[in-house]
Amino acid sequence: MRWGILQFPGSCDERDAVRACELSGAEARLVWHEERDLSGIDAIVVPGGFSYGDYLRAGAIARFSPAMEAVAERAAAGTPVLGICNGFQVLCEADLLPGALLRNEDLRFVCRQIDLIAAFSGSEGGKSCDRPDETLSIPAKHGEGRYWAPEEMLDELEARGQVAFRYAPGQNPNGSARDIAGVTNAAGNVVGLMPHPEHAVDPMTGSTDGLRIFSAISSAPANA
Amino acid sequence: MGAVRARVLIRPKQGILDPQGKAVERALPALGFEGVEHVRVGRMVELEAEDPARLPELCEKLLANPLIEDFEIEEIDAASSAPTNP
Repeated sequence: MRWGILQFPGSCDERDAVRACELSGAEARLVWHEERDLSGIDAIVVPGGFSYGDYLRAGAIARFSPAMEAVAERAAAGTPVLGICNGFQVLCEADLLPGALLRNEDLRFVCRQIDLIAAFSGSEGGKSCDRPDETLSIPAKHGEGRYWAPEEMLDELEARGQVAFRYAPGQNPNGSARDIAGVTNAAGNVVGLMPHPEHAVDPMTGSTDGLRIFSAISSAPANA
Repeated sequence: MGAVRARVLIRPKQGILDPQGKAVERALPALGFEGVEHVRVGRMVELEAEDPARLPELCEKLLANPLIEDFEIEEIDAASSAPTNP
């Protein structure tokens, strides 16, 4: 299993993501945003940071990079894609995930450890945690993480089991609709979340819960 | 034929909470501006386009996110008729 971790100008969490992938027992390499060739890569991380300075809207410009065009093709072919924070914003802007991420309700940048309820219940491809409804302690750090989608779309996402992560009760840090912290696409192979599992992989920083998300994908049989 | 100057106004859709607008609204009374309500903060983009017919597509693809934002395109005048030297 080899992961490819995209790197845009302004990415800042790609090296932590490489380390998380390696700790999950897989190989990993960085993929520069101008690269178009993802051959030999079995799973993809679109990492956190401030791609292209977050100009215009977070993720709006990164979605047009050559690497993202390749990611869209691989996502359609069933390759697992994990978008974290800015990566989640990029995947929403690219229409690979439903909804949008808006400025935090209180306009404050949030940076703290948060409990997430992993609720993967969709198709097999989206089953990225070993147990449904488990709580993960993972740091969140973002200024534009308020998940929003029209009410009908939210109902649909819930009905289809596409809500992958929710903030634990009382811990929604940004005003996200229905406490949603992460969603999957309809097929279940593309997952995005605002908190940072790649920063929760070493006991030194208090939690290794994030590693479970990487391990679940690393240990899944390659399907593309 | 010269480029057309245009102005694109992008604003958060009705019904979507605009915390920037709220923050501005809350700051106004402290400055003595009472009675100002429903402040919404958007973006304005000025550009010159060779082919203004393609502006709506450009707005939908990049300048605005149609899920959360509305946009309006306003043509200002032909850029070629504007003075080119200061």
